[in-house]
Amino acid sequence: MHGEVAVNYTAVLITAIAGFGLIAVLFVASSILSPRRYSEKKVTTYECGMLPLGRFWTQVHIRYYIFGILFVLFDVEAVFLFPWAIVFLRLGPVAFYEMVIFLAILLFGLLYAWKKGVLQWK
Amino acid sequence: MPEWVESIIRVAIAIGFVLTTVLVLIWLERKVIGHIQQRLGPMRTGFHGFLQSPADAVKLLVKEDIIPAAADRWAFQLAPALVFVPIFLTVVSIPFTRTLVVRNLDLGLFYVFAISSISIVGIVMAGWASGNKYALLGSVRAGAQMVSYEIPLVFSILGVAMVAGSLNLETIVDAQRGLWYIVLQPVGMFIFLVASLAELNRTPFDIPVAESEVVGGPYVEYSGIRWGVFFLSEYANTFIISALAAVVFLAGWRGPLLPGWLWFLIKTYAIILIIFWFRATLPRLRIDQLMTFAWKLLLPLAFVNLLITGLYLVYDWPRWILFVASVAVLAVASRLVYVVGRA
Repeated sequence: MHGEVAVNYTAVLITAIAGFGLIAVLFVASSILSPRRYSEKKVTTYECGMLPLGRFWTQVHIRYYIFGILFVLFDVEAVFLFPWAIVFLRLGPVAFYEMVIFLAILLFGLLYAWKKGVLQWK
Repeated sequence: MPEWVESIIRVAIAIGFVLTTVLVLIWLERKVIGHIQQRLGPMRTGFHGFLQSPADAVKLLVKEDIIPAAADRWAFQLAPALVFVPIFLTVVSIPFTRTLVVRNLDLGLFYVFAISSISIVGIVMAGWASGNKYALLGSVRAGAQMVSYEIPLVFSILGVAMVAGSLNLETIVDAQRGLWYIVLQPVGMFIFLVASLAELNRTPFDIPVAESEVVGGPYVEYSGIRWGVFFLSEYANTFIISALAAVVFLAGWRGPLLPGWLWFLIKTYAIILIIFWFRATLPRLRIDQLMTFAWKLLLPLAFVNLLITGLYLVYDWPRWILFVASVAVLAVASRLVYVVGRA
């Protein structure tokens, strides 16, 4: 069993190395083949042809952060659901209703966020 | 032959396949959209422009790679790799046929979603490291959109895992003997297709890379091969999402008469063509419509789908009830979009 897991994820590791290797080959090939002529104007930040105004980074709205938190909440829930989805039939109806209750609690959280207006992009 | 040597050979074939597929897809998209808009698309290089993509690839390779003075050099240079590698890693567990697969992982379905979402980090990193306002805005939009649609996506696929009783993609295909899951999980397939369009940042969900607002989003400052790698990732991801939909909902290599790999490609390309068709037909959604759609429609819809599927399995209902109930749910949902959207 352990051997099987090791073999499976060796393939994943090899693929990861191959992927990074492919990118490295492309970058190296490009750095050999492409011209390099430095110019002051060329490396300025692109703002549609105007000279860049103000700071290079701009402020972003807080709602992006709130969506990030909601995402973490629901994605952790999804991680719980995957193993459950495989075995719940063997555990009988009780397992199913337990998960329904769990989902209902989370759905209540979603409704709360909805009522609070967090989901409204205004 | 030791296992790892076999793995290396399979990975090498996968790299070749992915690169060729990307070149074909870029050409195909330009041709398809051209013909939909009553143009010819690329015509000059090779037969019907077939050599256009290789020519573009060479062009990108010999172009100067500009790193803006304001950029965070390390993050800027590494971001393309961080976008491409997770997408390429998902190829590992996608079965083209029973034998034509890099490695059949037991957690295949879970693995694909777990790995592919890492590329969100790469996109946000690219936008942040560019030191450009448009890039930053584009990348936080991409981040918000992709994490929001990630959730309905994962829940849509959960119904399939419940019906098949496995996360192994080969077992899931075998479980579709006689009846494809598009019949049992139409709601799941609908959510999957919509949410994966959003994951791909493709029309109608292309607001993070909207040329008319954020001039290309996270990729504004990229040029040459680094930009090319983003492009490569996008098309590789289009293929993988379509392949996954073909495996999970359309029974992958199963089909009469023709060989398995051909069935797999036919189904995958059918979905790819639908995605291209959307791009030629639909306008871009506003960002508030986009977020509302994910959280207030797709997510509850996915919950309803899970509930119906669970009841069907626990009480052993006949299959047609699940089908009729799913279609009814879809009908109600589409009516709701119309009514709520108008209000």
